[in-house]
Amino acid sequence: MKLPAFPKSLARVVSRLPAWPPSAAFAAACNRAAWPTLGELDWSAAHGKHFRVHVKDIGLSMYLSVAPDGLRAEKAGPVDVTFTATAEDFARLSLRLEDPDTLFFNRRLLIEGDTDLGLTLKNLLDAVDWDELTRRMPLGMGRLAQALRRRTGGGDTLAALP
Amino acid sequence: MPLLELICPAGSLPALKAAVDHGADGVYLGLKDNTNARNFAGLNFDEKSLKEGIRYAQGKGRKVLMALNTYPQPDTLPRWHKAVDTAADLGVNAIILADPGLMGYAVRTHPELRLHLSVQGSATSYEAVNFYRERFGIRRAVLPRVLSLPQVENVVKNTEVEIELFAFGGLCVMVEGRCLLSSYACGDSPNTFGACSPGHAVRWEQTPKGMETRLNGVLIDRYADNEKAGYPTLCKGRFEVQGETYYALEEPTSLNSLEMLPEMARMGIAAVKIEGRQRSPAYVAQVTRVWRAAIDSVKRAPEQFKALPAWMAELAKVSEGSMNTLGAYYRPWK
Ligand code: SF4
Repeated sequence: MKLPAFPKSLARVVSRLPAWPPSAAFAAACNRAAWPTLGELDWSAAHGKHFRVHVKDIGLSMYLSVAPDGLRAEKAGPVDVTFTATAEDFARLSLRLEDPDTLFFNRRLLIEGDTDLGLTLKNLLDAVDWDELTRRMPLGMGRLAQALRRRTGGGDTLAALP
Repeated sequence: MPLLELICPAGSLPALKAAVDHGADGVYLGLKDNTNARNFAGLNFDEKSLKEGIRYAQGKGRKVLMALNTYPQPDTLPRWHKAVDTAADLGVNAIILADPGLMGYAVRTHPELRLHLSVQGSATSYEAVNFYRERFGIRRAVLPRVLSLPQVENVVKNTEVEIELFAFGGLCVMVEGRCLLSSYACGDSPNTFGACSPGHAVRWEQTPKGMETRLNGVLIDRYADNEKAGYPTLCKGRFEVQGETYYALEEPTSLNSLEMLPEMARMGIAAVKIEGRQRSPAYVAQVTRVWRAAIDSVKRAPEQFKALPAWMAELAKVSEGSMNTLGAYYRPWK
């Protein structure tokens, strides 16, 4: 099953928003939902670096940095590294349905700027224990994520095969 | 002697668990430094995650093999010795080595520790394999991806060392452990730095002409929007040679030897290895599932074995480049 596409009309609205509120909302949500688990990994190589998450189909850019106590929203400006993909592909990556290198080979994920920093962030996210992460999410968000992952295949595309 | 053990890559604890959960007989992994050939930022294991990985895998009866397959330099040798000690102390099932000096240390210090010869050791003949057997007592050798299957069989027939073959994943340009391209472009040799085309030297940029890949400033390739991309290695770049631009060294292709499983079973190949410690748990899960199903099928009824189109499609999806090849395993020339 495909994830639902992002409605075009909504995309137009989002693309006109200033960068600051979505970055702040994302950072706040991420810190609340995921930082207790993410924070257990060693992010020191990324401290003080700025990165941009560019959701290209909805024209949204989030400017973020990693501090010892979690993600920070940053003002739009020059960054060390930029990740570009569609909303659906970012969602599939975060649900662990897709391998970043596969997306890169297929030109659906682009990492521009400081490649080492980009790979560090990618590899650290890969090292997160997904079950643990979703178990610790508040407000039923974890169960929602798990259900979404199961519904969209969860890597079980071969389930019907001998 | 084991037959067709499935050995899968683990660049992180979740990847290790994905491999174990989807049917790997063993995983191979490395530490977070240049003691192994996948030294990328954020990847690999520290002592804590290694302990947990060993507990998880061995608790389910699977093996943990630790790659220590780079070549130590005199001033940093203690790091490699310590890594061997850590592997022995934590109880990995084997270590995978390339450097004879390090093998000597392992034999002297931990005589009970099982040694495998890494692909980086580049032993292509049974004489070479048997030399490592005599001197260091290696129990298994991973053969370089340069031999045809008849040549592999010649090695298997003339040694008591278990033979492990690369079965799937990225291909190197056939000079295992001896390639100088990356060190030529960025000064870091894969054998000592622990990575080919390290991240600090790589730049990707979307330009009006297409996506450009540079290694230490050298333009390696420029991809049009509809073209598949490859890893940023020199061997897979397109270069201008006498006015023509083309893949001057090799095309970005991936190895997929799945249809040769019956042959490998007949020859008594002890283990098949999946490449890709740099890749995500999602990849490890996808590839491990397919290979588990295929190996089970070939063990059940080798004569009836067929590489199912669904398996091949799933594997093609995650491959680098647009082509899968049998590599050197199938070729008419020697
Ligand atoms: S440049 Fe190519 S052939 Fe050489 S080590 Fe790197 S990947 Fe292998």
